[in-house]
Amino acid sequence: MIRAGATTGRRATLHPVAWWLWAAALAVAASRTTNPVLLALLAGVVAFVVAARRSDAPWSRSLVVFFRLGLIVIALRVVLQVVFGNRLPGHVLFTLPEVPLPSWAAGVSIGGPVTAEALLQATVDGMRLAVILLCFGAANSLASPYRLLRCLPAVLYEAGVAVTVALTFAPELVTSIARTREARRLRGRPVRGIAGLHGLAVPVLESALDRSLQLAASMDARGYGRRAGSLTRRRQATAATAVGLLAVVAGVFGVLDQSFAKGVALPVLCIGAVLLGTGMAFGGARSVRTRYRPDRWGVRATVVTASGAVVACAFVAANALGVAGMSLELYPLSFPGLPLAVLAATLVGLLPAVVAPNPLARPVPVSSAPTVGMVPPVASVGPQAGETAA
Amino acid sequence: MIRFSNVGFTYSESPSPTLSGVDLAIGEGELCLVVGPTGSGKSTLLGLMNGLVPHFSGGHVTGEVRIDGRSIRDHPPRELADIVGVVGQNPAASFVTDVVEDELAYAMENLGVAPEAMRRRVEDTLDLLGLHELRDRPLPTLSGGQQQRVAIGAVLSASPRILVLDEPTSALDPAAAEEVLAALSRLVHDLGMTVVVAEHRLERVVPFADSVIVVPGKGAAIEMGSPGSVMAHSSIAPPIVELGRLAGWSPIPLSVRDARRVATPLRQRLSSAEPPAARARRGEPAASVERLFASYGAVVALEGVDLEFERGQVTAVMGRNGSGKSTLLGHLAGLRAPDKGTVEVLGAAPSTLSPKELIARVGMVPQDAGILLYRSTVADECETADRESGLPAGATAAALDRVLPGVPRDHHPRDLSEGQRLSVALAVVLAPAPPLVLLDEPTRGLDYPSKERLVAVLRELAADGHCVVLATHDVELVASVAERAVVLAQGEVVADGPAREVVCHSPVFAPQVAKVLAPEAWLTVEEVREALAQVGR
Repeated sequence: MIRAGATTGRRATLHPVAWWLWAAALAVAASRTTNPVLLALLAGVVAFVVAARRSDAPWSRSLVVFFRLGLIVIALRVVLQVVFGNRLPGHVLFTLPEVPLPSWAAGVSIGGPVTAEALLQATVDGMRLAVILLCFGAANSLASPYRLLRCLPAVLYEAGVAVTVALTFAPELVTSIARTREARRLRGRPVRGIAGLHGLAVPVLESALDRSLQLAASMDARGYGRRAGSLTRRRQATAATAVGLLAVVAGVFGVLDQSFAKGVALPVLCIGAVLLGTGMAFGGARSVRTRYRPDRWGVRATVVTASGAVVACAFVAANALGVAGMSLELYPLSFPGLPLAVLAATLVGLLPAVVAPNPLARPVPVSSAPTVGMVPPVASVGPQAGETAA
Repeated sequence: MIRFSNVGFTYSESPSPTLSGVDLAIGEGELCLVVGPTGSGKSTLLGLMNGLVPHFSGGHVTGEVRIDGRSIRDHPPRELADIVGVVGQNPAASFVTDVVEDELAYAMENLGVAPEAMRRRVEDTLDLLGLHELRDRPLPTLSGGQQQRVAIGAVLSASPRILVLDEPTSALDPAAAEEVLAALSRLVHDLGMTVVVAEHRLERVVPFADSVIVVPGKGAAIEMGSPGSVMAHSSIAPPIVELGRLAGWSPIPLSVRDARRVATPLRQRLSSAEPPAARARRGEPAASVERLFASYGAVVALEGVDLEFERGQVTAVMGRNGSGKSTLLGHLAGLRAPDKGTVEVLGAAPSTLSPKELIARVGMVPQDAGILLYRSTVADECETADRESGLPAGATAAALDRVLPGVPRDHHPRDLSEGQRLSVALAVVLAPAPPLVLLDEPTRGLDYPSKERLVAVLRELAADGHCVVLATHDVELVASVAERAVVLAQGEVVADGPAREVVCHSPVFAPQVAKVLAPEAWLTVEEVREALAQVGR
C-alpha cells in the first residue's frame, strides 16, 4: 500500500490538482476517439472512480447533473442533425419535407432525407461532448473548485478567483435548483415535468446571481484584494504573467502543430517561459497573501495524475497512428473493432479508485453544537505583535 | 473608534433617507447594542461601519464616518478589513470557502498573517467557539446555528479591533447564544475590543451592553445612552424590563440577578395566585411521525422519533442547534421522505402528495424564508398568493399587515430587511390557513411588537382548530404561545409535555420572567399582569 502525504494531511483527501489533471486527461482521451464503445468505457471509468472516491459534501453530487446535461447534449445534437445537418449519403431511414432556402443561405439545408449514418455520427459526436462534460463534472465532484484555487500561485490568484466563481456556478446552480424546487413545493407549484421547469429558471438564476454578489461583498469585507507595494508594479507583474502564459500556450501549440512554422514557435515558447517566470517571481513577492495549510502533493497524487496521463497518451498516440477502431466507420456501416491496447490503457484510468484515499474512511463526527466551556485563553486570539508576515 | 458626524444615507431610488443626522461615537472597548423596530435601518447603520454601505449597496452618504480615523469615503471595505470584522445576518451567504477550517483562515490569508500564527489562531478560534468537531465539515452541511458560529469565528480569527454583528444570536439555541455573548463580552473586557451588536432578542444582550443605540426608523432621530437610561423609557424592551415597569422597580433591572434581588415583594404578592393551568384538551391528531429515522450521509439527524401533533394546539420543538428540528419539520412538510418509519399528515404521507394536495394540508415557512418569494414586488407576491390559494383578493396583504404593517409594497422582496421578508413569507403561508402550520425559526429579525402580533395570529389559528408546530430557539416566544413543548437532542425526543413544565424545569429554556419569579411557574409579563389585577382587587 502506498503511504503518502495524503494520510498525514489534515483530511483524507488527494491533492485537488491531481484530480483535475486526471479528469482533464480523460477528457483529452475522449476528444480523440469516435468509437462509441471506447467513449462509453471512458464514461464508465469516470463514474466508477467518482462513486468510489467522492466525499459526502454537496458538490460531490454534481456528477449526476453533468450526466443529465450530457444526455441533453446528445439529444440536441441528434435533433440538430435531423433538422439542419449536412446530408450524409447512405441508408435512408425517413425523409423530412425540405424547406427551400434563399440563395444566400447556401450550404444550410432544412429537412431532407435522414440516413442511419447521419444519425449515428450525430449521436457519437454528442457522446464525445457528453463524456467531456462528465469529466468536468467528475473533477467538480472529487475536488471542489475552491480547493483548486488554493493551489494557484499568488500572482494568478486574482484571475483565478474569476475562474473559480465561474466554476462554482455549476455546483451553486445545483444547490439553488434543489432549494427552489423545495420552495415551489411549499408554495404548491408543480415540481416535476415540463410544468415544473416553467418559471424555474428566473428564480434559480436570480439566487445564483445574488449569491455571487454577496460573495463579492463578503470577500471584500474580509480583505480580499488588499494591495501591498505599488499598484503599478503589481499590474506589471500580472500583465507579464498573463502575456507569458499566452505565449507559452501559443508556443506549445506551434511546436505540436505540424503546419506551424517551427522557427517561430520555439522562440515564442522561450520568451513566454521567461515572462511567465519573471511575472510569477515578482508578483508572488509582492502579494500580501499567505496560505493556510496548503495541500501536499504526495505519491498518491503522482500516481493518480500518471494514470490519467497513460489514458490520454494511449488515445492521442492511437489516434495519431491511425490505429483501427479509434474512429467510427460509417462506410461501410459496421460495428467498430476494439483496439486492445487502448482498451487496456483505459482501464488504467480506474487506478484512482484504489489509490486515492477515501474521504469517507474516517467517520465524520456526528455530534453537533457541543456545549463547550470557554476555557481556552482568549488572549491568544487577540492581536499580537510580529504575527503579520508583510 | 467609530465616529459618525452628521451622517445621512439614502438608498438609490428611495424617496426618503434611511438614516439622517446621525451623530455618534463608540469608544474603544465598548459593547454597543443597536436596537430598533424591524426595517428601521439598523443593518444599514452597521453596514456603514465597514463601508459595505455604500460601496456595495449603492446609495448616497452625507456627512462623515470614521473608523479608527479612516474615512469610509476613501477606504473600501477591504482596506478596513484589518480593523473591522463584520458578521452579516445570513451567515451562509458570507461563506467564501467550502470547509470550516479554510473559512476561519480566509481573512487571515488575505491579511498576510504568517502561516504558523494562522494555524495557532485557527485552533484557538475552533476551541473558543466550540467548533473543533466540525473542522473538516463542508459548510453547506452545517445547521443554521453552526453556520452562525463559523461566521463569527471567521472574522474573530483575524483579530480585528472592532467587531460588528448583525443579529448574531437569532439562529442560536439559548446555550450557544450565551456562549457567543460570553465570548464577546470577554473579548471586550480582556482585549478592549469594540463590539457593535444589532439584536432583536434584547433579553439576551442587554445585560452585556455598555451602551445602547436606538434606531427608531421613519426618519426619527437616533438616540444613544446607557442601557439603564434607554431601557427605562424605550418602547422596545425585554421582558425583564417590562416586568420591572409593571412592578415599579427603580432603577430598572437589566439582568436576572438584579431583578431577583428586588423581586421578593412581587413574589409574595403573587403567592396567593396560581399560574394558569394548562388546558387539558386533546384534539384530534393532525399529524404524526412513528419511528422516524433520517440521516444526511454519515450524519444522523433523527433517530426513532415518535410524536403526534394535535389540532388546536401550538407545539414548540426546541433543542440545540443541529438536534434535528428542521429535519423533523422538513419531513412533516413532505420535503424529505423518511429513511425509515412513517410520517402521516391528515391521513396521507406528505412526501408522496402532489404539491397542490400538499399545500391543502400543510403550510411551512422554512428558516430561509425569502426562498418562498419569487415575484418581483411585495404587492405582486401577495396577489399571486391570493390567486394560487384561491383566496379573495387582498387576503394575503391583510395578513401581512396583521404581522407587520407598513412593509413597502413596491419593493422587491430581496430589498426588504430580514424581518420584513420573513413577515411576507409568514403572510403568504398563514393567509390560506392550512390545517397544519409549520414554522421554522419564525421570529428572526422581528421586533417585540411584530412578535406579539404573530403570537396573536398563531393563537387564533390554534383556537380555530389548526395545528401549529414551531421549531424555535426563542424561549420568550415559546413562553407566550406554545401549550406543548418537545425537546430534541441528537435526533431523539428527550422531553415532551406542557410547555410550562418543560420550559420552567430547564435552566436553559426558562424565559426571563420564570427565572425571576422561580420557583413559581410564571412565564410571561402578561400572566403576571393579569394575576396582579386579580390579587390587587
